[in-house]
Amino acid sequence: MKSSLLSKAVLAGLVLAATVWAQEEGPAPPTNVVATDHPWDGGTQLDVSWTLSADDAVNVATYKFYRTLTEAEMLKEEADARFKALNHAKQIVTTELFADADQQGIPHDDPELLGRIRAARKSAADEAITAVNADIVATAGETKYRFISILLAGENTLTVAKLNRAVAYGFKVVAIGKNGVESAPAVSMAAVQPIRQGFDGTRFFLSLIVFIICGAVIYYINVARSGKPLNIRKIAGLQAVYEAVGRATEMGRSILFVPGIQDINDIQTIAGMTILSRVAKTAAEYEAKLEVPTSRALVMTTARETVQAAFLSAGRPDAFNQDLIYYVTDEQFGYVAYLSGMMVREKPAACFYMGSFFAESLILAETGNSIGAIQIAGTAQPAQLPFFVAACDYTLIGEEFFAASAYLSGEPDQLGSLKGQDVGKSIVGIIMVIGVTMLTLAAIVGFDSGFGAAMLDAVDFLKSVILT
Amino acid sequence: MKRTVPIIITALGGFVLIIAYFIPRTQGWGETAAIWFDVLASIAFILGGGNLLKIHLKKISDQNSGWGYSAITITAFLFTLFVGLGKIGVNPNIQYPDFAWSGSYRTIGSPFWWLYEYAFKPLTATMFAMLAFYVASAAFRAFRAKNIEAILLLGTAFIILLGRTFAGVLLTSWLPDWLVGLKLENLTVTIMKVFNTAGNRAIMIGIALGIASTSLKVLLGVDRTYLGGGED
Repeated sequence: MKSSLLSKAVLAGLVLAATVWAQEEGPAPPTNVVATDHPWDGGTQLDVSWTLSADDAVNVATYKFYRTLTEAEMLKEEADARFKALNHAKQIVTTELFADADQQGIPHDDPELLGRIRAARKSAADEAITAVNADIVATAGETKYRFISILLAGENTLTVAKLNRAVAYGFKVVAIGKNGVESAPAVSMAAVQPIRQGFDGTRFFLSLIVFIICGAVIYYINVARSGKPLNIRKIAGLQAVYEAVGRATEMGRSILFVPGIQDINDIQTIAGMTILSRVAKTAAEYEAKLEVPTSRALVMTTARETVQAAFLSAGRPDAFNQDLIYYVTDEQFGYVAYLSGMMVREKPAACFYMGSFFAESLILAETGNSIGAIQIAGTAQPAQLPFFVAACDYTLIGEEFFAASAYLSGEPDQLGSLKGQDVGKSIVGIIMVIGVTMLTLAAIVGFDSGFGAAMLDAVDFLKSVILT
Repeated sequence: MKRTVPIIITALGGFVLIIAYFIPRTQGWGETAAIWFDVLASIAFILGGGNLLKIHLKKISDQNSGWGYSAITITAFLFTLFVGLGKIGVNPNIQYPDFAWSGSYRTIGSPFWWLYEYAFKPLTATMFAMLAFYVASAAFRAFRAKNIEAILLLGTAFIILLGRTFAGVLLTSWLPDWLVGLKLENLTVTIMKVFNTAGNRAIMIGIALGIASTSLKVLLGVDRTYLGGGED
């Protein structure tokens, strides 16, 4: 009886010990790590897959993923290690010697102290470099890896990005057990080099849409050139441009043109410049004073060219004064402060706000309103449109702003481009109707049904593949 | 020539950026073109500073009205430039104690930092704070019920404003469950998610197409008004 109890106790102890030992053991490693080129990309990505650890379901928390370092990266890491060690050693010596000097009451600019610091820093730096170099030599020849990502249990694929297509990469995956113990690493069988494809296939549908819209714009420009008359609806804000300039002339006050706060690489600023050209031409014809303060130096130079040419085409090159087109500041609220002050002091009769605006839109428009100026604004910043609508006499909303140049010039070429835009609108309309119809049908028949699921898949394809 | 060369440069730059988006082989070209612009914009800082000095010095010299503001602008500009470039009052970096200019110009406690923290930031914050008053005055004017559209705007604004306050929630809390959609907080969400989103998206689609069309006109040289007109 006694021996039976004893043997049970021994057995239980052995089971417990085995359990504890097993918990401290790492999980079985993943296997079969394979890398392949990522299709339709610029040669910067590889797809890596592996067979999950045999313990994936029971004892794997995560997988740690590594890739080999390139030669350049290794050299950089070595250089970084030297730099860090060097600076660390120098800093410690300097801090210690300055602290000693403070205790002894020696000033920091004492020449003897600085000499001692210099010598100590040099010696510390030499020692640090020697130690790092020894480490580098000791590990030379080993394949070095960089940690890339951590993946959850059950995940066995990863697309590795930002790779150099001139380098072949190897990969390593390690399973991390629920007890935190790592498995043996699984290393990829062959190093693989990413390949650059000729075309980014993920953007095929976008390129098709761009091609159709651009093609339509070019087609209608040619149609307009052939002499076919094209009509454009009246845009009150643009009709008012002449009225505003005329009013300023009658009142003997200036016209203020604000081209937004973005640089010349913003399409809204360029659209603003095209309107400035028309405003300047009208101002030159009416002999009105036009002032253009800018918040970017490049916008200033462009605006000067634009206004000068407009004055020239109006037959008034002598009236052009480049000092009226000037740079204020790049700072958003500094620019606003200048404009507000200037508007209150000089009281321009007409204010144009044409370009990209942010928080300053309402400050400018309200200041203009308070001085009784006729105000016309145009922007493609949807968040600022309500402010301009509330405070200005006329507002060019979104596409009207971009249509201004064509409208004001009346040139057939430009009117043709507006017609081309309508084709784009038709495409958008058709896609919207298709999307809405599919979702509505899916909702009617039920999202769980086969047809409903198919509709949902189609909508997902439309959203994530065609329109991305 | 004065028009042709800029148009060629614009077209080349623009089409390279478009092509680079679709053809991986040319991605580097797009990045290079973007760097060129950064270089130009950096040089333009000098152009801007020069123009600022010229305009304000002229105002002071001519004793034009408000020339005192110009004097203050130039003084502030030159003083900040001197303090920042000269790293005045900046202690050397602890790693390079022998080099007087090794510290960062933005070091906490330095005169440049002081100017930024106690002059620049309060001034810009003051300008920004004025926005609250301008919103009130613009709202007062916009919400006057003078026609049908203004009445609709006023009604919508009233619901949104009230629906985002505790009072709004309290006012309609008595509504039964089957009228839950009419509670002010839910009406607010519906207006923002349905009507506002629909209107916004319509504007965004128009803007996107306008941008595409305008870009194409500029790249093809159809619209040359930004260069001052169509004549060569």
